[in-house]
Amino acid sequence: MSFAQPAPHHVKWLKAAAFIACLLPLARLVWRGFNHDLGANPIEVVTHSTGDWTLNLLLITLSVTPLRRILEWPWLLKLRRMFGLYAFFYACLHFLTYIWLDQFFDIFDIAKDVLKRPFITVGFTCFVLLIPLAATSTNNMVKRLGAKHWQQLHRFVYLIAAGGVVHFWWLVKKDISDPLQYAVLLSLLLSLRVLFWLQKRGLPKVALSQR
Amino acid sequence: MLIKKPAAIRPTEITDPALYLKRREFIKAAAVAAAGLVIPGVFATPRRAEAAIPDVHKSIYGTVEEMTLLKDITNYNNFYEFGTDKYSPAQFAGKMRTRPWTVRVEGEIKRPKVYDIDELFKIAALEERIYRMRCVEGWSMVIPWVGFQLSELIKRSEPTANAKYVEFTTLKDPIQMPGQRLSVLDWPYIEGLRMDEAMHPLTILAVGLYGDILPNQNGAPMRLVVPWKYGFKGAKSIVRIRFVEKEPLSAWTKATPQEYGFYSNVNPNVDHPRWSQAKERRIGEFFKRPTLMFNGYSDQVAQLYAGMDLRKYY
Repeated sequence: MSFAQPAPHHVKWLKAAAFIACLLPLARLVWRGFNHDLGANPIEVVTHSTGDWTLNLLLITLSVTPLRRILEWPWLLKLRRMFGLYAFFYACLHFLTYIWLDQFFDIFDIAKDVLKRPFITVGFTCFVLLIPLAATSTNNMVKRLGAKHWQQLHRFVYLIAAGGVVHFWWLVKKDISDPLQYAVLLSLLLSLRVLFWLQKRGLPKVALSQR
Repeated sequence: MLIKKPAAIRPTEITDPALYLKRREFIKAAAVAAAGLVIPGVFATPRRAEAAIPDVHKSIYGTVEEMTLLKDITNYNNFYEFGTDKYSPAQFAGKMRTRPWTVRVEGEIKRPKVYDIDELFKIAALEERIYRMRCVEGWSMVIPWVGFQLSELIKRSEPTANAKYVEFTTLKDPIQMPGQRLSVLDWPYIEGLRMDEAMHPLTILAVGLYGDILPNQNGAPMRLVVPWKYGFKGAKSIVRIRFVEKEPLSAWTKATPQEYGFYSNVNPNVDHPRWSQAKERRIGEFFKRPTLMFNGYSDQVAQLYAGMDLRKYY
């Protein structure tokens, strides 16, 4: 099998494998829960784990385009929607954990948190912004919006990913090493896009290599 | 000092055991409902190599609330000297040598002395003190400490008129404490108390837990416990106690002054700049509970802060 141009049925298999792989973090959490292995503060573990995987999948989604271009594996694009929807799926679990297990539907406290706590304000905003992207992820919606408008709308994912990293950064007490790793990775993925954009604008290759 | 009521808990606050068990049932049901996401977790069964402490007296101070499980107290720790992850201290603190160990008591006192740790264990009768512990992060435990009143050591040291504060220093040893290889905080860990806080009968130096020698991850061989303050005020693995005239600059205040003040009294009305302090999750429980002023020790300690603006002196 060639990774540059796999046969259609191979792509199907790769897609199925990615689908299952994206479910593994949830499966592990459920498994640990049933085995009483979530430690002293299980709700904290569930909150952090679902949050981590939202960010992981956002970054995986954002790495599809650069990888596709660098490796010249066009088929990677076929996985992008699934990764994006999985990011939304874990964001939903994360949000649900917060309003249900953490706050127990205390609307007053949740509203106060969203308005008063900058890290929750940012996290909540990103979650809300993800909803239209998830809702317009079908082929049909691409057609209805038109490719150009659809793409404009989906560029919000850059803002959402940055907001997600800020959300993480602002909540840690002191040790920022984990959010820093996300920040570095995200900056790399976004700079590659700037580079591609500059290339597309036809700037001389020399100018680029000097940057 | 007049202590009106030793019981730090109102009778209405004590849950009827029948009701409590019912709630446990509800918690289980809720856990199942959440597809196994929330079963109150059980971490590894702790190894009990520590020796039991003989002659521990029951104290008149303390709460009768249900105690947090030993495995939670000894596995879920904030002890950044061994890493910032809650489970790192249990993993890495075991190698710390707690004998020989000396504690240097110095500063504005007439009787400075380098104590051997075993000598300190004998300066006063060891008592069991079951205290609530509220972490600044929003969780809490009920912990049966074994220790003695800090006031015993202070009296013995004969502070001079210049002794206005007491400063506590944790061991600095990056070889034994891998977390110190990262500059998350400015090591060594420093904490401090005002003299009247240090002399307060609720303030103890803890040397044990659940009747046994203090496990390393909880701050062996000796740590400070000030139950009406956020947990981080309780300096662990203490090597120096210094009496000073000026307010000590504690490690967290130095790191983030706008978030962690010198006093750091538990106060549901003064939020952390980034999160609310109104509620807490008691480890082992599903629902959050309201946080009490001075962690429920108002009757004993509120007079220490009479007339102070606790928003300013957070």
